[in-house]
Amino acid sequence: MNGNGKLRMIIGRLGQSIPSVIGIIIVTFVLTRALPGDPAVYFAGPAATPESIQQIRESLGLDKSWPEQFLLYVRDLATGDLGVSISTGFPVAEELLRRLPASLELTLLALIFSISVALPLGIAAATRPNSWVDQLCRLIVTAGVSLPVFFTGLFMVYIFYYLLGFAPSPLGRLDIIYLSPPQVTGFYTIDALIDGDLEVFGAALAQLIMPAVTLGTFTLAPLARMTRGAMLQVLSSDFIRTARASGLRRSTVLYTYAFRNALLPILTTLGMVFSFMLGSNVLVEKVFAWPGIGSFAIEALIVSDYVAVQGFVLAMALLYVALNLTIDILYTLVDPRVGLDD
Amino acid sequence: MRRRDFIKTMGVAAGASTIPFLKFLPAEAAGRGDTLVVVTGNGPNSMDIQRKGTNRPSYQIAVNLYDRLLGYGTKTLDDGTMMYDYQKLEPEAAESWEVAPDGMSITFKMREGATFWDGTPITAHDVKWSFDRAVSLGGFPTVQMKAGSLEKPEQFEAVDDKTFVIKLLRKSKLTLPDLGVPVPIIFNSKVAKAKATADDPWATEFLHRTPAGGGAFMLERWDPGQQTVYTRYDGWKNGELPGVKRVIIREIPSASTRRALLERGDADVSLDLPPKDFAELQKSGKFTINAAPIENSLAAIGLNLTFEPFKNKKVRQAIAYSVPYDQIFKQAAFERGIPMWGGKSFTPTSIEWPQPFPYDTDYDKAKALLKEAGYADGFEVPLSFNLGLAQWSEPMCLLLQESLAKVGIKATIDKIPGANWRTAALVEKKLPLHIKNFGGWLNYPDYYSFWVYQKGRLFNSMNYHNEEIEKLTDATLHLEVEDPVYVANIKKMLAIFFDDVPLIPVYQPYLDVATQKSVSGYEYYFHRQLDCRSFKKATA
Repeated sequence: MNGNGKLRMIIGRLGQSIPSVIGIIIVTFVLTRALPGDPAVYFAGPAATPESIQQIRESLGLDKSWPEQFLLYVRDLATGDLGVSISTGFPVAEELLRRLPASLELTLLALIFSISVALPLGIAAATRPNSWVDQLCRLIVTAGVSLPVFFTGLFMVYIFYYLLGFAPSPLGRLDIIYLSPPQVTGFYTIDALIDGDLEVFGAALAQLIMPAVTLGTFTLAPLARMTRGAMLQVLSSDFIRTARASGLRRSTVLYTYAFRNALLPILTTLGMVFSFMLGSNVLVEKVFAWPGIGSFAIEALIVSDYVAVQGFVLAMALLYVALNLTIDILYTLVDPRVGLDD
Repeated sequence: MRRRDFIKTMGVAAGASTIPFLKFLPAEAAGRGDTLVVVTGNGPNSMDIQRKGTNRPSYQIAVNLYDRLLGYGTKTLDDGTMMYDYQKLEPEAAESWEVAPDGMSITFKMREGATFWDGTPITAHDVKWSFDRAVSLGGFPTVQMKAGSLEKPEQFEAVDDKTFVIKLLRKSKLTLPDLGVPVPIIFNSKVAKAKATADDPWATEFLHRTPAGGGAFMLERWDPGQQTVYTRYDGWKNGELPGVKRVIIREIPSASTRRALLERGDADVSLDLPPKDFAELQKSGKFTINAAPIENSLAAIGLNLTFEPFKNKKVRQAIAYSVPYDQIFKQAAFERGIPMWGGKSFTPTSIEWPQPFPYDTDYDKAKALLKEAGYADGFEVPLSFNLGLAQWSEPMCLLLQESLAKVGIKATIDKIPGANWRTAALVEKKLPLHIKNFGGWLNYPDYYSFWVYQKGRLFNSMNYHNEEIEKLTDATLHLEVEDPVYVANIKKMLAIFFDDVPLIPVYQPYLDVATQKSVSGYEYYFHRQLDCRSFKKATA
């Protein structure tokens, strides 16, 4: 697979996703306006009179017809202007740039935790089906997925912070005595390392641990079960029997041959899990005071802040497109049989 | 160890050029001797209280970072809680003031030596620009200024640098107190005007993000959605210098987390906890719970007069007799408030406000009244509440629903999300039976009537219209309290409130604030925000 082919594939994929993105923009636009709730009333504030509310409505452009509003919105989008959020008072683009790295950092760490627990557990369960390891795997993942996320979060705060006192205070991304490192990527851990500040790095990591584990326990189930299932399927195939018969070492059979072949469905699950975590980590953000994108979106929705909600959905849609593309490229790396075009 | 120090030094050296202030707090402050840590559910969304769409928590910026011409004194309640004294006005940016003999103008003398954060003197010209801004921007600040009869820029005059005159349109007892509310703040007009543009003459874009004032605290850092940090302005002359050097206000959305932080000692002050938590913390005795009744505020039930059964006064009174007052107070409010039922008579004997209405839970009386009104079989009605206030509203509604069933009224619970509440309850005024909780800033019953009982007012969600109340409110709003007519008018108004009862009060809620025992100086203000200027922290 040469570089040129890959580039063509990427462009082709991006092209294919444009209709869906357009569809998403239209649907969000209609949905936000179809919901009850009037941002002009909210924006006018306490002691508003019908005249001032109408004034605000006009200044927000909400008195125009929907098609007209839509054209204006698209025109703004074309220049990269996502509008100004009325609930926070800042441009939506700025809010997203500020909050997305916070959510991404949390989600990625949660994913790493999830993978590092789920994959070995799944592999162990697959190689010893119906043994106590298999049962343990079942138990852990069922507990993780059946306990609501906020419950797990609050429970961890209660045990590790309130009772035992060795977790750092759930005050957000960084403890009070530290200042955030100069912004490069927006990830405090990476930025602290770039800045050479190990103490801030340690502090940022410490704050990340509890929320990441909380978020990660929820996604252990799909990953572990998918790993187990995929491994079982691969392990029962002919080429594995041949490998064993040829006398290859157990670890070689398991990792070089079986795992690599089982990777495809695991990658798919990983993609789904990641996008799920990114969008629905609101509750974790609330419990741990994490300034992420989920709580921003919920606050905006509650006050009918149209531009903020539209901006959020658009950002998530684009992220999902990029994610799918990455997964597809990873497929081709893992399995050379997966073709460039269909 | 040495390698780590080396890395740290390199990090500091490299970072010092990019960060304008201290990278780490000095060790003493890390122990937080002179730093106050406050945790709250919601933080400011703007540095400018006069901007459209500014949320309530932003008012604390106006209170702490900006000056007004005058402020309020302090009084102490029986249980030791300190609160503002709305009857004692004290000089702030104005050293003194004089009401003209004819009562139609007030002359303020600006304080000598008072400066903004950049060292320039606070002059009457800054006050004029700021007041012009407040009445010209429209929206909430303009309406609030109007309550004190401050309506047009022509009323404000800067005679010279140190003299500021307000010409009154009418004599009103509300003018001077209105100058102490968070809205009429004094901006550093030189700085603001430099940032103004033709499209934005009042520098709203700039002042939204960057405060330009001369208040007791300066803004050290604002991370919207995360934290706000104040640092003391040591050159502040308009009052006693604050006792704490730094205030860090962190936004922690989860109430349980706020409680945990307080209990573990990582937070000094916590706001916005559920009443149950405040009750428990008080019982534990390990924290100081400052409970002040929110003035001119009632947790009440509103009856919409556009709903057929409620047009009949007897039905409204029947509902007032069916409310399970005691249960609601104990189970929904955890007794964090003052009961507002069980008054002795339908003729008020005092003009104290709020005061208990002459109703109590009496199902027999309720049933009799309903029978008289022709609703012996009861009727169906939706009971609405604001989901944003679910903590106390929801249990209140459930108890009310149960209770109304006993007199044959079938209430169905209607939960309305916060964003839609305003529109449904206050603008469209279409909710038949709903929970109300308005609280007025200026503590007078006529002020409450102005906002809640007068026809067409935003907070008159009951569609109430009574000609007598219209006349009485208009006549009384600007009267001085000492005027003999005032007392007579208020008593007449209260009698109508009791009898007509479109609004059934249940209790006057407390504003609870929990602090560590080492923190003192909390003062309750009507704006319900923390005025950090009076805080002191005992060093361990």
